[in-house]
Amino acid sequence: MGIASPSRRSFLSAASAGALVAATGPLLGACGNDGGSGAGGKVTLEFWNIATTEPQKTQYPKVVQAFQAANPNVTVRMTALENEAYKAKMTAQTTSGKLPDIFVSWGGGVLKQQVEAGLVEDLTRRAADLSATLNPLSMEAYRFDGRLYGIPYDMGMVGFWYNKRLFAKAGVKQPPATWSAFLDAVRRLKAAGITPIALAGKEKWPGHYYWSYLAMRIGGGAVFEQAETSRDFSAPVFVDAGRRLKELADLQPFQQGYQGAGYPTPGGQAALMGTGRAAMELMGQWAPSVQEDAGGDLGADLGFFPFPTVEGGKGTLTEVFGGGNGHALRKGAPKEAMDFLRFFLNAENERMFVSSGAFMPVVKGAESAITDPNRKQVAQAMTGATGFQLFLDQAFAPAVGQQVNDSVAELIAGRATPEQVTRSITQAARTQ
Amino acid sequence: MTSGPPATPGASAPATSTPGAPPGDAAAPDASTPDASGATVPARSAARPRRLRRWLSSAWFLIPALVLFALFVLLPIAIAGYAAFFRWGGFGPPSEFVGLDNFTRMAGDPIFRGDLWRGLVLVLLSLVLQLPLAVGTAVLLNGRMRGRAVYRMVFFAPYVLSEVVTGVLFGMIFLPGGGLADHLVEDLPLLGGLAGRWFSDPSTAMPTLFLVMTWKYFGFHMMLYLAGLQSIPGEVLEAASIDGAGAWRRFRHIVLPLLGPTLRISVFLSVIGSIQLFDLVWVITAGGPSHSTETMSITMFQYGFKRYQVGYASAISVAMFAISLVFSLLYQRYVLHRDLRGAVTAPGAPR
Repeated sequence: MGIASPSRRSFLSAASAGALVAATGPLLGACGNDGGSGAGGKVTLEFWNIATTEPQKTQYPKVVQAFQAANPNVTVRMTALENEAYKAKMTAQTTSGKLPDIFVSWGGGVLKQQVEAGLVEDLTRRAADLSATLNPLSMEAYRFDGRLYGIPYDMGMVGFWYNKRLFAKAGVKQPPATWSAFLDAVRRLKAAGITPIALAGKEKWPGHYYWSYLAMRIGGGAVFEQAETSRDFSAPVFVDAGRRLKELADLQPFQQGYQGAGYPTPGGQAALMGTGRAAMELMGQWAPSVQEDAGGDLGADLGFFPFPTVEGGKGTLTEVFGGGNGHALRKGAPKEAMDFLRFFLNAENERMFVSSGAFMPVVKGAESAITDPNRKQVAQAMTGATGFQLFLDQAFAPAVGQQVNDSVAELIAGRATPEQVTRSITQAARTQ
Repeated sequence: MTSGPPATPGASAPATSTPGAPPGDAAAPDASTPDASGATVPARSAARPRRLRRWLSSAWFLIPALVLFALFVLLPIAIAGYAAFFRWGGFGPPSEFVGLDNFTRMAGDPIFRGDLWRGLVLVLLSLVLQLPLAVGTAVLLNGRMRGRAVYRMVFFAPYVLSEVVTGVLFGMIFLPGGGLADHLVEDLPLLGGLAGRWFSDPSTAMPTLFLVMTWKYFGFHMMLYLAGLQSIPGEVLEAASIDGAGAWRRFRHIVLPLLGPTLRISVFLSVIGSIQLFDLVWVITAGGPSHSTETMSITMFQYGFKRYQVGYASAISVAMFAISLVFSLLYQRYVLHRDLRGAVTAPGAPR
């Protein structure tokens, strides 16, 4: 046991000490060198995006390669994540204070928190030339106190995407323009044995579109701005929106088992639409491409109509609810990051993205590249919009936005009253 | 940084209890007091530096493990404990001290209370249904039967699958309106009504989840019991049957008592597992519909990573940690103490 142990022990100690230094040395060394931009030398850009579906999935690497060919000293490292995974990962990343150089942002409350934490580059001056060419509406979500913190690359609105063949089969001649006509159409579809609406109940955010649009149609386009500043959602307009939504939910218009359904997943909302098993869905401009990816292309059978007006309400059909996608830069990102954003939106790329149906145009005049009649209709609605409201779960601080999603889901499931919904949202707005 | 707490609370509970043991063990051989007391004065002064050196070298070898343990277990716990007293969005250092506000809010939060209730239901269901099932199959598979190894493998296989894979798999099986489960029950008289509901109806989501959990974990407990059963000496059973004990009495009065230590550790693992349950639920239902399958860790994730209320999420993780810790301490003190002392029930010990 104790034989000749000193020498052996000291040898082991020395060896292990050496090993420890060898193991931690590179680690300690690694902490010192990041920051990306070497003076005049190689630059590596971290680019986090959500291009996990076609056509973006194949377009992004092409754009990156073209950019690298034009700027040989720059390497762009892409990380593509699915939406929800991206949000979760970004939260962890934001908390650690180290954001990627270029990252996808939907603007609104989430970006605002990141800006307030001093993590996001102010692009007001650096991107003045670029922002002048963009549709002003598309930048609204990225602007705080007159400063611009993000560059949009996709902008659109939410509306009803419907299956013309199924509507005709149920005897609904034209898309409903008022809420009562809409409810009537739902009844007819149901009577014809067709699932009127596909809804991804598991994901909650698709449900909040209904409540938000109803509130806008009842109280006018600015209702949410007022409520957000006063932190009070108890106004009658919001209770009324809940009541109208309950009217719809009471008709049981959604597919069987909708509470467990996802959006882009197999058997989810988009798949039901794409395979013609549901007559309509309330969804943003990306709906046709996701339908195609998850189910199938409805082709000429697919139609679009704006969210109907509510009788006696102040809102109009031209007030739109929606949002888009954009990029923001980490504070202190190398100047090449801005070059990449500029390159991303150049005429050639914008044409490719828009004509392939990946994105809706943000550059003024790029609408002409759209050939699809539905997408053209969305683009026209965007240019002619008289009011705009960003998705609530993006516009509001995350705690409030998530509460909206949660409460509306409970309302649709019949587990909360319209009053309870407004109460819990108000409470979340006050405590956040 | 906040990614630490979710993993640690449960994991650290058994972990914190283990480091208690090694120092005690290490102290025993080190206590060379009989040796030292018998020695003369000069020998004693020589023994001291040697003992010091020995202590130093063992400390030196402990350092890597200690550093990792402190860095990835103790520090995150301390930070979560600290953050729980702040209203903190996760950006920069926490600054808005709110005292016990997060904890009082938690106590009044119907979702958190629901989590506790659902956790309790899961624990009870595991104890009442899953464990007996595991014991039963273990006893069956311990006997001589054709294809025994194949059965063992088949029952154990689900445990080898990762939680996420299991989640995706069962998400597809229970897919409303087209999944395998719907097709299976469609035409059955009693279960037919379940088609299209499963995970999409608040009243059936929890039982369905438990079904998946049982499928996934009972094989693991079965393996534990099989190992326990194999350490029961055959002579004891043989003697009992010679004395005229039937199969049931042999099981009830010999197998079950001798299986005691395994049973207790299996219950322990089952309870801790239920408290920590996250990934399986997250993938299948994300806690829905209407919070009907939400667990404490899911609530914590929702607040920490979706709502940016890291302070409140930390408070939830502290509560989870406290529950696991209190449970494991009490359990070790009152239930496991016999096994830890390694006396009565150790096979071969009673002569």
